Amino acid sequence: MSDYILRVVDLHKNFGEREILHGISFNVKKGETIVFIGPSGTGKSTLLRCINQLTVPDRGHVYIDDDEITGCGHRISEYRQRIGMVFQNFNLFDHLTAVQNVEIAPIKVRKMDKTLARDKAMEELRRVGMEDWADHYPSELSGGQAQRVSIARSLAMDPEVILFDEPTSALDPELTREVLEVMKDLAKSGMTMLVVTHEMGFARSVATEVVFMEGGQIVEQGPPSEIMKNPKHPRTREFIGKISEH
Amino acid sequence: MDIISILIAWGPYLLGGIAVTLGLVLSALAIGFVLGLPIALIQVYGNRMLRAPAAVYVWFFRGLPILVLLFLFYFGIFPVMGLDFPPFVVGAVVLGLRGAAYQSQIFRGAIQSIAEGQMTAALSLGMTRWMAIRTIILPQALRISLPGWSNEYPEILTDSAVCYAIGVMELLTRTSQIVSQTYVTLPVYMACAGIFILLNYAGMQVILRAEEKFAIPGFGIQSG
Repeated sequence: MSDYILRVVDLHKNFGEREILHGISFNVKKGETIVFIGPSGTGKSTLLRCINQLTVPDRGHVYIDDDEITGCGHRISEYRQRIGMVFQNFNLFDHLTAVQNVEIAPIKVRKMDKTLARDKAMEELRRVGMEDWADHYPSELSGGQAQRVSIARSLAMDPEVILFDEPTSALDPELTREVLEVMKDLAKSGMTMLVVTHEMGFARSVATEVVFMEGGQIVEQGPPSEIMKNPKHPRTREFIGKISEH
Repeated sequence: MDIISILIAWGPYLLGGIAVTLGLVLSALAIGFVLGLPIALIQVYGNRMLRAPAAVYVWFFRGLPILVLLFLFYFGIFPVMGLDFPPFVVGAVVLGLRGAAYQSQIFRGAIQSIAEGQMTAALSLGMTRWMAIRTIILPQALRISLPGWSNEYPEILTDSAVCYAIGVMELLTRTSQIVSQTYVTLPVYMACAGIFILLNYAGMQVILRAEEKFAIPGFGIQSG
């Protein structure tokens, strides 16, 4: 079992009458990049939020290594330290500069020494090419820059897995590219990543596995070459066809 | 007696009144802050058990005329509780309790105006809810509240004169005493009014400096 860094078992989630997740299961090995694709409103973002319990699933289990995250009560904040998250709208802390955004969790959560935390934060900013912007506030950054800082912020906690929730959906194509470059480097460096995105180019070149979701279920999954070029399920074929017309 | 010689003769006495008035205002602002912020946090983040009393508190202290509150506490509640507070303390506490109700609504609005994603991001980094409130939500909410909060100073400064009614030796009380001693009315009350206006102006200058000091680029409040 411990072959897998993350295991999701039979996850269910309803919002009122609407069923958002209908029995999702999958496993992630260390260093894999899993890309989730599918039409909007099929529960991809909810799935990511159920993994770190920002949304509490109705049923099912999530394990990191062999520790169960679901139903762990107040220990959830310990598990969240091991699971980074990057949001569509960046969610940088507006009252802090870029470098303060990156160092605050290590200082407050890990009780890291402030000088060490600053060094670490600068190192992570360098990793995403934002070291020259360390003293700027979020409002002074472009969307692409803000997203790179937010990636650095989650890296600063040395997570075992990072969840990317449509990280480039709020960005124009040029800014999208600079963020995808950073994510590509991360994947190459061996980071385990779960990515919800509509960027098919990224899925094709970076994903170790592509998961096609629809109606709260996994319709088909496999290596990008298979899913993108040779989808078996008609729904997958239709979706891939529609997307590649653009 | 002309007003100049009255002011010279009674100047030190009036200055003492300024000190008492400022003492009332600053104590009331402090009490209002210390109670108002937790009330706001309870109203936004608390469970129903806590939210109900907070709502009643705000409703009570915003619903009664200040003079009624003052008499209620000075002649009623405190004596019944066996508390024999001097008028100054009663005045400061009542102004403070009432200020807390108003301040809580300023803070509540500010907290609620902060995007949900700020809390979400803080939690996702492994912060507890309370840690996120302290390190992420409050520093932003307090900055946002500052312009609204700065209205509390002139409010309480002007309200503080009702403490005359329970015999606090503040500016208006002392002014009235001077009037009854000298039989000079208009110029003395004018002097009192002038002092209130000066205190108001000076206090607002301090608050504006604070707003500038805490301003952050692109972050809601703009200086100047």
